[in-house]
Amino acid sequence: MPMMSSRLCLALLLALGVAAHAAAKDFLPVIVYDFGGKFDRSFNQSASEGAQKFKADTGVAYREFEITNAAQREQFMAQAAKRGATIIVAIGFTQASAVEKVARQFPEVKFTIVDAVVDLPNVQSINFREQESSFLCGMAAALASKTGKIGFVGGMDIPLIRKFALGYVEGAKYVNPQVEVFENMTGTTPAAWGDPTKGAELAKSQFGRGADVVFHAAGATGIGVMQAAADAGLLSIGCDSNQDYLHPGSVLTSALKRVDVAVDKAFTDARNGTWKPGQLVLGLAENGVDYSFDEHNRTVLTPAMKQRLDQARADIVSGKIKVSEYKP
Amino acid sequence: METYTLIVLLLAATIRVATPLLLAALAGMFSERSGVIALGLEGMMLGAAFASAAVAAVSGSAWLGLGAGIVAAMALALLLAFACVTQRGNQVIAGMAINLMVAGLGPALALAWFDLGGQTPQLEAAGQRFLSLRWPWAEAARAHPAPGLLYAELISGHNFLVYFAAALVPISAWVLYRTRFGLRLRAVGENPAAVDTAGVAVNRLRYQAVLISGALCGVAGTYLSTAASSGFVRDMTAGKGYLALAALIFGKWKPWPTCGACLLFAFTDALATRLQGVALPLVGVIPVQFILALPYVLTVLLLAGFVGTAVAPRAIGVPYLKEK
Repeated sequence: MPMMSSRLCLALLLALGVAAHAAAKDFLPVIVYDFGGKFDRSFNQSASEGAQKFKADTGVAYREFEITNAAQREQFMAQAAKRGATIIVAIGFTQASAVEKVARQFPEVKFTIVDAVVDLPNVQSINFREQESSFLCGMAAALASKTGKIGFVGGMDIPLIRKFALGYVEGAKYVNPQVEVFENMTGTTPAAWGDPTKGAELAKSQFGRGADVVFHAAGATGIGVMQAAADAGLLSIGCDSNQDYLHPGSVLTSALKRVDVAVDKAFTDARNGTWKPGQLVLGLAENGVDYSFDEHNRTVLTPAMKQRLDQARADIVSGKIKVSEYKP
Repeated sequence: METYTLIVLLLAATIRVATPLLLAALAGMFSERSGVIALGLEGMMLGAAFASAAVAAVSGSAWLGLGAGIVAAMALALLLAFACVTQRGNQVIAGMAINLMVAGLGPALALAWFDLGGQTPQLEAAGQRFLSLRWPWAEAARAHPAPGLLYAELISGHNFLVYFAAALVPISAWVLYRTRFGLRLRAVGENPAAVDTAGVAVNRLRYQAVLISGALCGVAGTYLSTAASSGFVRDMTAGKGYLALAALIFGKWKPWPTCGACLLFAFTDALATRLQGVALPLVGVIPVQFILALPYVLTVLLLAGFVGTAVAPRAIGVPYLKEK
């Protein structure tokens, strides 16, 4: 019995501690990365850069979680919410079910999810029109290809990646209707985001069939794709983050997806009290997606190509070019 | 002509994909032939992949990386041998423990040393990686397609580790069937008591076998991180250790049939990559999911239908207790 009561006291003390902590609530932003991790030099890294920018601008520290298995998402989010998180940003469509569950449990905590839609009063869903930047990259690939054959390596076979592929093919055909596009997916499980060996092998198979430019939308798997292109002296196109620096002179451009902007905006809005739930879709017009041009790809992306891309960019924004959206 | 080129490229890809499988399967062969279950292949490979990429990145030398990969995998093998042979522990559990430990330890060490989220820095092409070797006249030979392309793509154009793996098959066969060590190794996996009676130390032989297995896994892991790709990432072995074990069973614990099994697995994998999105006559485009499952479906069918009964070394998984 004394044992029992001491435990009860401890539990009460702990509960009090939590309550006191919650009362003196500071602004606490939290970010949960997807598989592939914060340093995938692609999708998650872009998110991480956004969080860092927020910290540099405001001096407010954020908490971050990298998951190693699927069950941890919900665990981390619930834990963060319990410890007084103000806003939790979840990166990646695979987190949708975890966000939905935890957001119901903690209706006072703000949630932002990137790349998925969760329809709850305390969730903001941010999506991108990836097909628009992929369209520009497809144009660049078709303009740079000497063989008239180009490749695409996707990560996990999901509608989001099909969206990239479709935009890419449309862009390539816009420049050269005869262009041949080889499409490969790495796998059907989340492991497909982190298999560079397989990525390199897929790229090599496309080079063997005559492709000389390859675009990846495959997270860390794409690092292998780009390495294979650099080894073969051919061109690759990066994805999500600006990856031009990885192999200067071999990376034609990168399909930028400004996850960093989304994360920074979600944190900043939540801090300023302007954060709103609901859906946000960011495309070329909102600077949510773009293609990259810097000192690393200046030698391969010629001024003539850049001019055509910029023209098409303006036409997409004005609605003169319609890029179709992938419908599963 | 186009078909011919595609077939040659498919075979070249088969060789690239088969290399780590073959190295790991032969590693498993030495271990299992001595009576120690080789479930730790995955972990030893992953450990080597990490160590070699880390050392190659820091030192700038792929060869030092290879050395580090071998040393790391042998250290894990020593741990496994200590648990399985000296302590007579459960070999399945010991092997899985190695796999789980390395799966966590590799990224954790990488995070602590390089602060890149569990990866090692990207390796530079020059010096830090094993690059494809161009054999003499390979480029000129391309002009004469029939034998020339075969020479340029299949024989030339691989990295050192691929040739090492290829040479290892006859070497292992010779060691296993033509040397005193090989005879004792096979005997100790079948009937350790008889070997003991003949005055040979059973446990010492098993230690040697597991250490050889570690060294070969070291080469396999190095291939993954410094030849096939450019750095270590989490779980980069992606089940190849288990696939190698399947190939070993499929090859009935013999070097040449095991090599054949590895090539078959690699071939189906390479074929699957090339069949994606290609319209085949009669059936049209096959869904990606089916294509990706093809290697596994084929494996199950082959194992069920063609291989017959695979008889494991009799003393496998049984620790040897010398009678007092």
